[in-house]
Amino acid sequence: MSDNLVTITVDDQKITAPVGSYLLPACLENDIYIPNLCFLEGMDDPPASCRLCLVDIEGEAVPVASCRYRIFAGMVVTTDSEEILKLRQLAFRLLVSTNDGSCRTCIANHGCELQKIAKFLHQPLKTKRLRHIDREYPELVDNHPFLVYEPKKCVLCGRCVHVCGQLEKGYKLDFANRGMDTIVSFFSSDSDPASHDCETCLACTEVCPVGALSSKVKWTSFVAELEMKSAQKHKGGQG
Amino acid sequence: MTQLANSPKEHLLVHAERARERVKELKESPVPVIYVGCATCGRAAGALETIAGFEEVLKDNGIEARIEKVGCLGHCYAEPLVIIQNPGFPALLYQKIGAGEAGILVRSFLKDGSDPCYEYLIGALETDENFPTLMDYPRYLYENRVVMEHCGLIDPDEIDHYLAVGGYLSLAQGLEKGGEWVLEEVKSANLRGRGGAGFPAGRKWEIARKVEKTPKLVICNGDEGDPGAYMDRTLLESNPHQVLEGLALAALAVGAERALLYIRAEYPLAVEIMERAIVQARGKNLLGANILGSGFSLEVSVFKGSGAFVCGEETALIESLVGNRGMPQPRPPYPAVAGLDGLPTVINNVKTLSTVPTIIRHGHQWFRSIGTEESPGTAIFSVVGEVEYPGLVEVPMGVTLEHLVVDVCGGIKDGKELKAVQIGGPSGGCLPASLMETVIDFDSLKTVGAMMGSGGLVVMNEDTCMVEVARYFTDFTQGESCGNCTFCRIGTRHLRDILHSITIGEGKMEELTDLEEISEAVIKGSLCSLGKTAPNPVLTTLRFFRDEYIAHIEEKRCPAKMCRPLIAFYIDLEPCARGCDACVACCPTDAIFTTSNRKKAIDQEKCVKCGECVYACPPEYDAVRRVSPPEMIPDQGVEPLPDTEKEKEESK
Repeated sequence: MSDNLVTITVDDQKITAPVGSYLLPACLENDIYIPNLCFLEGMDDPPASCRLCLVDIEGEAVPVASCRYRIFAGMVVTTDSEEILKLRQLAFRLLVSTNDGSCRTCIANHGCELQKIAKFLHQPLKTKRLRHIDREYPELVDNHPFLVYEPKKCVLCGRCVHVCGQLEKGYKLDFANRGMDTIVSFFSSDSDPASHDCETCLACTEVCPVGALSSKVKWTSFVAELEMKSAQKHKGGQG
Repeated sequence: MTQLANSPKEHLLVHAERARERVKELKESPVPVIYVGCATCGRAAGALETIAGFEEVLKDNGIEARIEKVGCLGHCYAEPLVIIQNPGFPALLYQKIGAGEAGILVRSFLKDGSDPCYEYLIGALETDENFPTLMDYPRYLYENRVVMEHCGLIDPDEIDHYLAVGGYLSLAQGLEKGGEWVLEEVKSANLRGRGGAGFPAGRKWEIARKVEKTPKLVICNGDEGDPGAYMDRTLLESNPHQVLEGLALAALAVGAERALLYIRAEYPLAVEIMERAIVQARGKNLLGANILGSGFSLEVSVFKGSGAFVCGEETALIESLVGNRGMPQPRPPYPAVAGLDGLPTVINNVKTLSTVPTIIRHGHQWFRSIGTEESPGTAIFSVVGEVEYPGLVEVPMGVTLEHLVVDVCGGIKDGKELKAVQIGGPSGGCLPASLMETVIDFDSLKTVGAMMGSGGLVVMNEDTCMVEVARYFTDFTQGESCGNCTFCRIGTRHLRDILHSITIGEGKMEELTDLEEISEAVIKGSLCSLGKTAPNPVLTTLRFFRDEYIAHIEEKRCPAKMCRPLIAFYIDLEPCARGCDACVACCPTDAIFTTSNRKKAIDQEKCVKCGECVYACPPEYDAVRRVSPPEMIPDQGVEPLPDTEKEKEESK
């Protein structure tokens, strides 16, 4: 962060950022919020998969993913054109059309990126126009020794796959299957820790933007608490 | 002998001379030579049984003859194809030769030489006074075989066959004049990538050549995955050395030392043939270290793809090469700048590379004289569907779709009407009969919402439902989406679901707007070209066949009478013949019963609308009718035959 700083224009606001660095983090640092799910600070090659961070850049014929676009001097960025907004809203509606939308009983409630983005894009968390797509997976995959995975909540952003790949032992989870059947897989259904070779670092659970991947310990206590609350409510209702 | 030769060309001429002698021996063979098309398509049609048939009958009759396995001529409608070179006759091409016909040919033609079996004959390969020649047929006349010139005529397992027709001469020439010259030739020829996008191959090479990082890599993309397309497979299987020569020339132009053939594992024969071809070429020093003494070295190996359609996309292909899941990566950086292991990697389609030796051999001016200004050269299409002569066709760019479908491929089968063509594979567009004047080149097809793609062309007649076609292709791309980006993974699924609901009569008018909105967003927002082109079938059918969508939604009617939930079958009592049971036997659900006047009728409750009865009904009666919507069945006052009558009949 020294002599390679350049000035760029984002929605009529001038900001300075290192030339050649990615656009999205520079905007975020300058309090220009651009919705994003798959990006993580420090990624060398962001997957640009969630398509929520699309922006217009002067000179580019089509909207580009800002997480994967490198800053050059004098670039002019529009993050809030009508077209961009429509694209982002549709991307968001597509994402939530595959989710079960049960925020109240979700471990990520109030900390969920989807809730934050919904507010920003003025979109409901349950889409009305698009039909709901029920992914043909179980609610819960809990045969991993340390992790709990809820496929129907997963937005397939790939953050977990990325951080796991950064570890020394590398990729203990990855995507499997194609199309709408794509899922994050541990490649073992054995609950014996030895068969997983997983480091118990729980890095993957920390980066999950939604409530799809959690540590088994946390998840178990969350469910217990939820059950207790509902039991209390039930009791209170009767009395 | 090799000590005397000092330039690559001289080295090559030594090989070529020997090859020509060997081939001459074959061409002037005192005994008959039987060439059988044995590419995958020929084998599927029974070519290996044909060979067994020939061998058996030849042995039984004590006739000496040579049997040569050649590649594919591209005439799928006539497989298995056999060329017989019988001394005293011109080489004759025969069609649909199974083991039985093989026996007849041996006995009638080879044994006493009297009857050339005109009933199976297509024609003589070259002009002859006594036989029709291939050029008398529009299919042969209108084709311009530049890339496929030797396909089906030479043995892919014999490098000498390729050398004898001038093979590897372009490589020798390229080696003499240098990579820069090859690059300039291909650039001047304006050879555009035949894999789909039409990006100029020369420009791609130049980008990679200028990158300073080494080593560089050239990859031949043989991951052909479009449903119903088989251009690349045929070229790999029928003329493998032409692909290798093109690959070597590309490597020379780029400055690469390594080359890879990425071939999908579903093409085992192509893999086998290419592997053998590499060994042969290395044996003659046409690949490997210090090629033809030029100082240029190239190591080539084959990589088998594991069957993901998306791996035809170059960044996904590279991912799969290093053992990752085949997922496209955002570009830039383009592979030509930073590809495999971050090294400059040029990826060209099989057809593009196969074209390169012809350009080097005849010069860029010759190449530009074929086709159009912006899209020079030829286009290879696999024409399939309801057309009289389906197969692999090579025509100059710039001809119209009409010419390709009607003149070259014989028009629509069974006297039906042409309804649409789907051009460009699963992500191409459906063009209606009214647009058949559209010129075939990269840019014209784009303006009407279709694309050149890699050369798949499906011809459809009036019995094809365009909503169902859109659903089929969208289902394909959805199933092949890598699942990475939101628009492609979920957007194409919504498209598919809406289309599905329309085909079963549950669509809503406002969903047509959803189809358009989602399609546009998927095109704009997707990461790779699989997503960016996936909605093309939806948008083109909506544009050109909107009335069909509306009929499905508002009238619950499928105009093509194809979507099962919207149709019904009934038997017209008028033409139905008393006492005929043809339809009864074929019905899988026993839905057909005898009426009181001893004709047949269909129990709609039991009918599963398989349509078997339509084919079973003898053409002289042709009594089974298809209607849409199902309520259209007329009331013919059908009464089942009373049980008492039935018993009487049975006791008789």
